[in-house]
Amino acid sequence: MSPTAVYLVTIFGLLIAVFTLSAGLIWYERRLLALFQDRYGPNRVGPFGLLQSVADIVKIFFKEDWVPPFADKPVFVIAPAVIIVATLMSFGVVAFAPGVMVSDLNVGLLFFLAMSSMGAYGVALAGWSSNNKYSLLGGLRAAAQVISYEVFMGLSLMGVVMMAGSFNLVRIVQAQERMWFFLPQLVGMAVFMVAGFAETFRIPFDLPEAENELVAGFHTEYSGMKFAFFFLGEYIGISLVSAMLVILFFGGWLGPVLPPLAWFFIKTFIFISFFILVRGSLPRPRFDQLMAYGWKVMLPLSLANLVVTAGILLWRRS
Amino acid sequence: METVFYISAAIAVLSTLMVVTRRNAVHALLYLIVSLLAVAVILFVLGGPMVAVLEVIVYAGAIMVLFVFVIIVLNIGHEAVRQERQWLRPGNWIGPALLTGVLAAELVYILAGRAAGVASGEQVSPAALGASLFGPYVLGVEMASLLLLAALVGAYHLGRRTTTRQEQGSDGIDKR
Repeated sequence: MSPTAVYLVTIFGLLIAVFTLSAGLIWYERRLLALFQDRYGPNRVGPFGLLQSVADIVKIFFKEDWVPPFADKPVFVIAPAVIIVATLMSFGVVAFAPGVMVSDLNVGLLFFLAMSSMGAYGVALAGWSSNNKYSLLGGLRAAAQVISYEVFMGLSLMGVVMMAGSFNLVRIVQAQERMWFFLPQLVGMAVFMVAGFAETFRIPFDLPEAENELVAGFHTEYSGMKFAFFFLGEYIGISLVSAMLVILFFGGWLGPVLPPLAWFFIKTFIFISFFILVRGSLPRPRFDQLMAYGWKVMLPLSLANLVVTAGILLWRRS
Repeated sequence: METVFYISAAIAVLSTLMVVTRRNAVHALLYLIVSLLAVAVILFVLGGPMVAVLEVIVYAGAIMVLFVFVIIVLNIGHEAVRQERQWLRPGNWIGPALLTGVLAAELVYILAGRAAGVASGEQVSPAALGASLFGPYVLGVEMASLLLLAALVGAYHLGRRTTTRQEQGSDGIDKR
């Protein structure tokens, strides 16, 4: 095959894989949550309820595509697309296995950070354009949360960058051949994980859509396919953060016996399951607690991690 | 690569024009974000991927989110749109348009006198960027950090609660 054909196959294969996996994750999450809570979950459609997501999608496709008359129509329509596009763009730099990636960008890690901050617009604008009190409050919370947690999401990764000496995700994985970075960068990993939860608006950081105070937060006015886009965006986000955790701290595709791609997916699935386990076990904090936790605990921690890592690296070199 | 440059430059100019002429503040901001993204693509084409991504992270990703946040908090509605419509009367355009026209003429004059050399820059690696920032330009970095510190102290001063008020309510809530 010519390089262009390989390129196109990679792109479309990735798109199909990400969309199918994310839709499948909805079923996976419901089954796993049910397991944690000692009930069955969806088990009627197909074997083990596997076709539940398909049934949901068919149902949602046939719903009326409704825009509230009081909403700001163009922004209302664009907002769900922004979330999906921003998260999918990040997958462009994810290094699945040697050679299996769309773009080997030399600032790949920064590109991921940039795209994850673009995702905030989708939520904030959805909240604003709905022209609804609850949506507006949800959008506000989302904007404040993303601005705060993005700061130390970037800072927590700089330790990894210093140890690998590159922003390139392939180089970062290759630098972990002797030791996975989660051992020397334990603090960085913890901070990144917390920030990842906050960026994807997952429990315990799902305050923008806190259903017991804001109806459904930023997507209160959304229905049909547009609502499904927010839902899908959330699951693509979970897959993305799990994939980044694997690449940055758990050696990416590295592992014995099995092929690289298999290792990558096994590791990513472990973290996706962890995301779901956390959803099943942690309560939601108040918003001021969320802010205080971010700025007073996570920021100093990530700064300290940065200074200590830099110091040790300099001391070793001299 | 040059076509990419011209396309994104056209998008940048167009969307910046839209920023100025929109009556709705949030729509104007959205065009500003598009403009910033277009500039990032230009920087990328010119061989500065690091600067391009930083442009997206800092301007499009952080500062503009803050702008959106503030505009949502202000809850600007139809009232503001009407006011904006009054301000954007053709009569008010003449002055700024003349001044911008002079600037544009100057730009064309400068560009016409030099050989066009777009999209020919070599790639600048992140390490090279860091080395030059903390090498020859370290004074600039330090001065910028001092400026930011002053802004931080100022924001802290404006945002803090006065001690007398805090004493009034034992739980820290103002009970006037």
